[in-house]
Amino acid sequence: MFELAKKYLPAFKKELIIGPAAKLAEAILELIVPLIMADIIDIGINGGAGKNYIYRMGGIMILMGVFGLASALVCQYLASKASQGVGTAIRNDLFGKICDMSHSEIDNFGTPSLINRVTNDVNQVQNAVAMLIRLVVRAPFLVIGAAVMAMAIDLKLSVIFLAVAPLTALTIYLVMSRSVPFYKVIQKKLDRIGLVTRESLSGARVIRAFSREKNEEQRFAEANADYSETSLRVGRLSVLLNPLTYAIMNLAIGVIVWFGGFRVNAGDLTQGQVIAFVNYMTQISLALVVVANLVVIFTKAAASSVRINEVLDIEPSITDGKGAEELSDAPAIEFRNVSFSYHSDGDCALENISFSVKRGETLGIIGGTGSGKSTLVNLIPRFYDAESGEILINGADVRSFKLGTLRTKVGVVPQKALLFSGTVAENLRWGRENASDEELKKAAEIAQAAEFIEKMPDGYNTYIAQGGRDLSGGQKQRLTIARALTADPEILILDDSASALDLATDAALRKALAENTSGMTVVIVSQRANSLRNADKIIVLDDGEAVGIGTHDELMEKCEIYREIVMSQESGAKEQ
Amino acid sequence: MKKKGVTMRFFGYTKPFAYLLIPAFLSAVISVLLSLYVPILVGRGIDYIVGKNDVDFPMIKRYVITIFIVVILSSVFNWIMSFCTYKITYRAVSDMRKELYAKFNRLPLGFIDRTPHGDLIGRMSADIELISDGMLQCFSQFLTGIVTIVGTIVFMLRINVRVALIVVLITPLSLFAAAFITKLCRDKFKEQSAIRGELTACAEEFIGGQKVVKAFAYEPRAKEKFSEINGRLYKCGVLAQFFSALTNPTTRFVNGIVYAAAGVFGAISVISGAAGAMSVGQIATFLSYANQYTKPFNEITGVITELQSAVASAGRVFSVLDEQEEIPEKVPAEPANADGRVEMENVSFSYKPEQKLLENVNLNIKSGQRIAIVGPTGCGKTTLINLLMRFYDVREGAIKIGGTDIRGMKRHDLRSSFGMVLQDTWIFTGTVRENIAYGRPDATDEEILAAAKLCHCHSFIRRLPKGYDTVVSEDSGTLSQGQKQLLCIARIALTDPPMLILDEATSSIDTRTELKIQSAFAKLMKGKTSFIIAHRLSTIKDADVILVMKDGNIIEQGDHTSLLAEGGFYAKLYNSQFIAEG
Repeated sequence: MFELAKKYLPAFKKELIIGPAAKLAEAILELIVPLIMADIIDIGINGGAGKNYIYRMGGIMILMGVFGLASALVCQYLASKASQGVGTAIRNDLFGKICDMSHSEIDNFGTPSLINRVTNDVNQVQNAVAMLIRLVVRAPFLVIGAAVMAMAIDLKLSVIFLAVAPLTALTIYLVMSRSVPFYKVIQKKLDRIGLVTRESLSGARVIRAFSREKNEEQRFAEANADYSETSLRVGRLSVLLNPLTYAIMNLAIGVIVWFGGFRVNAGDLTQGQVIAFVNYMTQISLALVVVANLVVIFTKAAASSVRINEVLDIEPSITDGKGAEELSDAPAIEFRNVSFSYHSDGDCALENISFSVKRGETLGIIGGTGSGKSTLVNLIPRFYDAESGEILINGADVRSFKLGTLRTKVGVVPQKALLFSGTVAENLRWGRENASDEELKKAAEIAQAAEFIEKMPDGYNTYIAQGGRDLSGGQKQRLTIARALTADPEILILDDSASALDLATDAALRKALAENTSGMTVVIVSQRANSLRNADKIIVLDDGEAVGIGTHDELMEKCEIYREIVMSQESGAKEQ
Repeated sequence: MKKKGVTMRFFGYTKPFAYLLIPAFLSAVISVLLSLYVPILVGRGIDYIVGKNDVDFPMIKRYVITIFIVVILSSVFNWIMSFCTYKITYRAVSDMRKELYAKFNRLPLGFIDRTPHGDLIGRMSADIELISDGMLQCFSQFLTGIVTIVGTIVFMLRINVRVALIVVLITPLSLFAAAFITKLCRDKFKEQSAIRGELTACAEEFIGGQKVVKAFAYEPRAKEKFSEINGRLYKCGVLAQFFSALTNPTTRFVNGIVYAAAGVFGAISVISGAAGAMSVGQIATFLSYANQYTKPFNEITGVITELQSAVASAGRVFSVLDEQEEIPEKVPAEPANADGRVEMENVSFSYKPEQKLLENVNLNIKSGQRIAIVGPTGCGKTTLINLLMRFYDVREGAIKIGGTDIRGMKRHDLRSSFGMVLQDTWIFTGTVRENIAYGRPDATDEEILAAAKLCHCHSFIRRLPKGYDTVVSEDSGTLSQGQKQLLCIARIALTDPPMLILDEATSSIDTRTELKIQSAFAKLMKGKTSFIIAHRLSTIKDADVILVMKDGNIIEQGDHTSLLAEGGFYAKLYNSQFIAEG
């Protein structure tokens, strides 16, 4: 929590000083009002100062009310400004950090947990900042002020205050230290609620197809009950705080009456002074109730700020390089003894892969399900970093590039066609913001998407729902291809991204690609041997290993697995 | 939605916990009354401390002991009260969450497809959190506040009826001020929670789609979009929070004025010396009670604005709860008879009225037939499936299964008679075993193993770090897309439904594995009506009926040979592919 405070509060120094100061002014004015009222009675009535004096004093009281109101408003406004400002800054930083994280780090947190941290956890911290400004000066001011006043009256009797203070502190500490771990757990359980909700929304079709709504509700009910029960348990603890401080304070009042009796009996104190003592204790008690509430809010905020810091403290494992020195005569892509695995304890996803592709060439990658095809292409734009070995683009290690530069050079069409809410044109411009309408059209034509886009109600300005859920699988894939083409990358990677296209469209797509991307180095991952037939080089992957590299003809001759793949697909055509 | 309706409904959720409300209320009454009694006891105790050598210790002892007992009792009841309100709130909010979740499952798919998921998730988490905070505040402050007000009124009436009436009549002024401010911030809160929803949606979309964001080096623009919404949230948030924080100082100000006026006019009344004028002592009483009386009003008005934020969030939750659900199912006269016959009669459908999709489709499929649907992408193949599963309802015409209109069947019966595998996989966070057993949670380990082996999942599952107990999810890198498809197929193999729908079910699976699992498919499809959308010739050729679709119509129907002989669109399509493949 202190880390966060150190980082974000200094920007609101002005609010943090003036806000509590204004609040203090209001509190002081509030304390003066009864004194003026006393004057009205003592001087105005009993002293016979008359009507005018009373009216004047009344006027002063109203004036003070106005000042009090004004300073309270100043404080509230500054509190709103600072707390919302801190919240906004943290949210921006969190989101920025998440954007800088690599795939594996995002997978580790999980999307729902990250969303919760950006929204709920920041809200808690925001709340704490507002309370900080509004109450943190006022409440201790009242406590300390009252204690000092009591000491001034009678030092001996005020020993009771000194005894009560550590007792209260201990109570607050005990309750807080026991509930802090819970709040962290609670937020985690809230993540779980987010996760189940998110999955059931994305899997709505499958859930309904299996008629599993009831079971999903059960799954949710468990997460929900888990969350509620933990909240209740922590609630049971934190509701102790209020009655406990109340009890301590009022028992202390009883003690004051008792010992005050002795002091008065000895003639060291008057009755009125005992009353004053009791009044001060009451005042402290009221202020402490506020402190107790503050403690709960800060405890929650502390748990949330730990979660926020977990994200902010992540050092993205994949970061910008220092700058690459590209060579004009080097191959476009080169792998040197590259190995990779997703889990430290799991199998290697890729083992010792070496190959190179010249500029303008087409590389095909084929292989069984789970053989490492997607993994291989994911290493090129550094979605993951190779465990060992080197990957070079234009002769420069991918790790030496600035990430932005690298990823603009490499255009990827991912296997899962994902579009974002916005118009078709906005989606296509993802790769290049300033692409002209003609360029969009051209890219759409190559991707075989122009025809259906033009048939849409508003053409390129048709709004697409998140994820492209209102489009068919083939339409989504073609849009994602067009999106990559709009960016006009040096290297284009198609990760099995034509799987939902019918063969005619697929053929037309490949033809258009070949005609329009002559300078582009193209990497195609495909299940269809046919789609790769004309590639300059084909890598056959089996279980993470390259069991064959060469042209179609070469592989037909010497690669057993490749032959099997081709045979498995041609059987259908040959029967014809 | 009317605000009053929202608030009433909001509290409606506490109804099932009325049994807790009664002890909560009683505890509040006891605790507050006892705590009001403490100052009186203290005062009486002090009365026995008169001066030097004039202290009645036995009496003081009595009072001090009484104070101790009363304080401890008051604390205990205070604790019971708070605990009950916690319980009521969490239980009520938990019910609300459950209801919202169940609602998600009953909403038409169209709604779920259309609404940003992040927005819905936000309603489930952030909005309901705010509701629970508001409820908690409201209960504890309201209960004690009301009891304190009633308590002080009673105490005051016992002392002086006239004074009490004056105080009672004046204080509601602060309520007027509060009501005015409440109106002021209601719209702001509404706006704030809407923007918050927008922000959550934006975060969900970009964080969920990080892979694409990174691929296009889109981060700067994503950050820009986020911070634009964030900036609007800031502007609106500052005002909403400020307006809501206005109540307390304003009501305090109003009370201050009342206090001053009372003091001044009281004093004038004393000076005038007229008959019935007040005494100095009466002014003091009047003032101290006025102070004590207005305090809970301050607290309550503070809570009312806080409640606004909760009510705004509740509005968002209720608006989902009020969405039109899937048309309720009719209880069928007789149990559905999914014998494999599927008929479509003059079916027309479109997602958007202005965009026609399926028009006047007629179809008659006999039991056990294998139907392949082919056609250019976007011609309505998947839509046909959506209608068969009743994810969407036909606009015109009727779909019959086993002779029964599907609208007259239970959704559960209809959908469980189909086994469906889609191109877009869905793996939920859970073990591999749980994912395979999704359609039949009661399946034994042997059955799961058999299904996994049949669909060629076993070998890759075995190599996962914890085998069948490895936790997988849609986003994690543990499984490849093809492996996920194989798991989805194994799911169907385990349930063994009477009819099958395979929508590009093997698009990410390599052809060698596909050949191997053909035997699994053959076994699965044996004697079952099955609908297949695929591009691979081998799959299409063996179908009993090939439906050739174009622009939302079935333009040709027949088996492979007859369609080729016809020389129509199918022949053209087939030849272009054959050439492409050759």
